[in-house]
Amino acid sequence: MTTVYVPRETAAVSVGADEVALEIVREAKRRGDTIRLVRNGSWGASWLEPLVEVETDDTRIAYGNVTPGEVGGLFDAGLLAGGEHARRLGPTAEIAYLARQERWSFFRCGLIDPLSMDDFLARKGFRGLQKAFELGPDAVVETVTASGLRGRGGAAFPAGVKWRTVAGVEADRKYVACNADEGDSGSFSDRLLIEGDPLCLIEGMLIAAYAVGADRGLIYLRSEYPLARSILDRAIETARQAGWLGANIQGSGFDFDVEVHLGAGSYVCGEETAMLESLEGKAGVVRAKPPLPAISGLFGKPTVVNNVVTLASVPNILNLGAEAYAAFGVGRSAGTLAFQLAGNVKRGGLVEKAFGLSLRELIEGFGGGTASGRPLRAVQVGGPLGAYLPVEQLDTPLTYEAFTEIGAMIGHGGVVVFDDTVNMAQQARFAMEFCAIESCGKCTPCRIGSTRGVEVIDRLIAGENREENYDLLVELCDTMEAASLCAMGGMTPYPVRSVLKYFAEDFAPAGRATS
Amino acid sequence: MSGNGSDGNAVGRVVSDVVARHAAKPERLVQILVELVERDGWISEDTIRALAGALNLSRAEVHGVVSFYHDFRTSPPGRHVVRVCQAEACQAMGSRELTDHVAGRLGLALGRSDTEFSLEPVYCLGNCACAPAVMIDGKTHGRVDHKRFDALLDALLGAAS
Repeated sequence: MTTVYVPRETAAVSVGADEVALEIVREAKRRGDTIRLVRNGSWGASWLEPLVEVETDDTRIAYGNVTPGEVGGLFDAGLLAGGEHARRLGPTAEIAYLARQERWSFFRCGLIDPLSMDDFLARKGFRGLQKAFELGPDAVVETVTASGLRGRGGAAFPAGVKWRTVAGVEADRKYVACNADEGDSGSFSDRLLIEGDPLCLIEGMLIAAYAVGADRGLIYLRSEYPLARSILDRAIETARQAGWLGANIQGSGFDFDVEVHLGAGSYVCGEETAMLESLEGKAGVVRAKPPLPAISGLFGKPTVVNNVVTLASVPNILNLGAEAYAAFGVGRSAGTLAFQLAGNVKRGGLVEKAFGLSLRELIEGFGGGTASGRPLRAVQVGGPLGAYLPVEQLDTPLTYEAFTEIGAMIGHGGVVVFDDTVNMAQQARFAMEFCAIESCGKCTPCRIGSTRGVEVIDRLIAGENREENYDLLVELCDTMEAASLCAMGGMTPYPVRSVLKYFAEDFAPAGRATS
Repeated sequence: MSGNGSDGNAVGRVVSDVVARHAAKPERLVQILVELVERDGWISEDTIRALAGALNLSRAEVHGVVSFYHDFRTSPPGRHVVRVCQAEACQAMGSRELTDHVAGRLGLALGRSDTEFSLEPVYCLGNCACAPAVMIDGKTHGRVDHKRFDALLDALLGAAS
């Protein structure tokens, strides 16, 4: 019996994977072929979706961009034996886009049936947790600290330091809260992980909980991810039934369970304290820090708040050792990051690589340049609060430090490419507009500043009192950056300033400037 | 998407059902609202009143939470909800033009509803490598150009008639 893989993952399904899977089942039946259809996660080469694979002699042969109408022809060409066809890409493992990656957190993604406990266990599943049980909580915290792992949600705070703080606080209850409110445009690594290897996230949460002494876990998942939700719900149930969640896990004496909470379309709820408020059933209004969530978090209890990919990096760190992880990357940007190539790029998708490659290697080497074929003009890295970078900055190495140095940030690793048709003044305006729409309203610089920002930019675009409005916009950016309570208002100036710095000409349409 | 508007008793029964499943805990308010919106498509004044009573909160407290989150509509949506991503990755692939096209086809401005359709902005569906993205009745579609949107709309209208 031949195994055929068709991803059940949002991007693949959004371009027809369900219809392709259905057609494959029908065609096989029509021809009397017995097949086993596996709905795997995606490998992350989204540009090739729907990516169909056929297992032949332990090799998986890939066919890219398959449409339902081509399935009959693929069977004619001997699909089930890996036959030649215009859509055939060769062995999946040899697709350059995938072969050149360094998969640490996503090594099972695409490979396995995400809801099969057998698949998970056969590929090192829960070995990290077992290692953690052998080491004991203190040594787990030490290991994560030594690995150099930093928060992958955007803030890049050292995970081990956070865990040590929570572990050190005496409390009758502690929580592990996983931030799966992946709101940055250009970002989809959390979703890809949840849809492709949800048990890996559960294992990461178990390890965190064991290390700090927590018995309750929450996953705050955005409502825009309905497929991720259904896969995650089923994975949690699978883990419970197999005794990997609940009381006395695998006879260890350690209790832990996980609950999924849904977001409701608010971007600012990705900010950790707003997320905690939302988890408490309230409006997602940002809290002032201190106190840190690690000391007084959910319901006032010590809480580990980590992003999906941060937690998913942990099992392999325990399993393979802190040194193995720290061997990747550059300086304090240790390990790998799951970059996400998006927007106007030919080969968009997930690229997990060690820190240190250049933006150019990522966009040109992996991404193949713009999708439109037009010249690249700007790249926004790190979501809506990230700077727009011009072509001259493409050789910047992707490390937290190098990006800070140029007034940019890596954030959650989303990279959005724009070609030369982009109007950068409109992009600056959108940054302020988005902040006005999504501001939680607690602090004035963000709530009022963003609306005033839109107005000032509109006047600049219209060419009114150019110098005066330019100075006003810079002053407004200074105020928002210095006086906002969280990154929403505090970093909205990043994209705006970057447009002023690198793309100022877009504010002064020829013949309309009146300064 | 049946309404939860006028019949106060029916609203009360639905709300107390959902609230009971969340053990009448006020800290479950967001999750309760998520469930009610999934069920009815929107949150009515009657629902807010019933929730305040069932959770021992003031109506202002419930209203504050409802009005904070984009998902919690306070008027009934159309029979089909079309959400077009307005965020940067989709902008880079022509979502502004696509939004104009969709608005023209539906005869609705962004953010407006009639009985048949709601046209809503959404800020990222996480489908950024297959931009532009559109969600129709909870299903995400990628690489949506004008032609593809028209085909999706025809399929929707064909299936409805």
